[in-house]
Amino acid sequence: MKKRRRNAGGFSYFLVEGVRGIFLHGFTSFAAVGVIVACLLIMGSFALLAVNIDAMIREIEQSSQIVAFIDEELTDAAARGISSRFPRKAQENIKNSEFVSRRDALDEFAGSLEERYQRMLTGYDDNDLLRHRVVITLMDITRIEETIEQIETVEGVAWVRSDQETARELATVRRVVEAISAALIVILLLVSVFIIANTIKLATFDRREEIGIMRIVGATKAFVRWPFVVEGVLLGLCASVTGFFAQGALYSWFTGRVLGTIALLDVIPFSELMIPIAFAFVLVGFLVGVGGSLLTIRKFLRV
Amino acid sequence: MVRLIDVYKAYENGSKALKGVTMRIDDGEFVFLVGPSGSGKSTVIKLMTGEIRPTEGKVLVNGYNVNTCKTSDIPHLRRTLGVIFQDFRLIEKKSVYENIAFAMRVVGASHKEIKLRVPYVLELVGLSHKARRRPYELSGGEQQRVAIARALINNPRVIIADEPTGNLDPARSLEIMTLLERINALGTTVLAVTHEKDLVNRFAKRVIAIDGGKIIGDRTGGYYSYEKT
Repeated sequence: MKKRRRNAGGFSYFLVEGVRGIFLHGFTSFAAVGVIVACLLIMGSFALLAVNIDAMIREIEQSSQIVAFIDEELTDAAARGISSRFPRKAQENIKNSEFVSRRDALDEFAGSLEERYQRMLTGYDDNDLLRHRVVITLMDITRIEETIEQIETVEGVAWVRSDQETARELATVRRVVEAISAALIVILLLVSVFIIANTIKLATFDRREEIGIMRIVGATKAFVRWPFVVEGVLLGLCASVTGFFAQGALYSWFTGRVLGTIALLDVIPFSELMIPIAFAFVLVGFLVGVGGSLLTIRKFLRV
Repeated sequence: MVRLIDVYKAYENGSKALKGVTMRIDDGEFVFLVGPSGSGKSTVIKLMTGEIRPTEGKVLVNGYNVNTCKTSDIPHLRRTLGVIFQDFRLIEKKSVYENIAFAMRVVGASHKEIKLRVPYVLELVGLSHKARRRPYELSGGEQQRVAIARALINNPRVIIADEPTGNLDPARSLEIMTLLERINALGTTVLAVTHEKDLVNRFAKRVIAIDGGKIIGDRTGGYYSYEKT
């Protein structure tokens, strides 16, 4: 009496129906993919920004160099010998110190710029632009703050630049970027789910009679649900793949054309990030597709 | 077998559709369920298909207890039933063949089973020659025959025909009812819900009359029982 037959429509049936659903409302599907791609690009861009800042911070944090800038009033000879006047405690933590004259510092700075920008530096006198400095490599980075304080007590030392400060400032930027990213990710995920849900809603509305017939002849909820879930997932994955390539192109363009002119910034190449980005995009596309379609189809199953 | 035992059904809006309905339809019977609009006929059908559950009483359909069966069991209950509607409810985009095959596919039939069974049922309803046509190319009577074929395709134990002739002229109505009678003769229980007095009177079948949510007549003899009581 209760002989049960499993719904053996098979995945191919669900796939065909899912694809049919996409083309049934071609423009809506296209628009949905477009909006999700845009959402993914915004999410991805912020994530990449956060990752790059994080990498910069880590690199800076690992840097054991500090730079002591010499007072302009000091003679060249006094400047050259200033490291011998560093306190003993500071000296104990110094692995290596190198005097860099203002001329060498200017040359080095000019060398880091593209040729067209180097022209901007012509006409400056050696004494005008930069200070003499001592580049110091520390032995124990955990003692950096006390070493800086000790060096700053030396007469003739104008100030000491530590990348740790930059790291701290960048960490603040990172926290802001992360907070914005998190908020954007939540908002844009919701937008994406809503877009998918709306597209599936159209598909289900168009096929509401079909769904009703399916239910009355004994189709299980899962059988009715699957084609719409497949449709949602296909839309989500389509957006993921498109978004991934668009993100790659956008990132490469931005880092090449825009950041490329700022020689001091070192960004992570996309090739190093593509696997986690691809994984994240596919995961988001999949979840948004499943979530959006399930959200909508639930209502139509109450027959 | 269908049994309703002292069934009450009150909807959320407070309307009481059934007030202590008890009825029994045995396997192989042909029964007309008659009554005016709002008498509770549709509620009986909804209870039988598991679309709603009774407020009180017990509903047993082909071994399933509608009161207690799990939501996941409802599709399996429905596979023991074939439902025919007044408005046919065919999928316009699908051919006659596909409309019928679709009902088999959704319950998990294989292509081989579909290929064997659909032509047989089409022949039974006399529509083999129109298998490739779309529903809109058929007359009302033919469309209802497609709906009957779809209801029959999964070999149900009970056919529930909800006003099956409501959209048809008298000649086509007679044709459809005769077809249902033939199907009944092959062993399938038929419950036909109708308003049509002439049609009911023409067939000497059991007639259950319902009015105001109560059974007011249950006789065999082919007449509108509730008018006689």
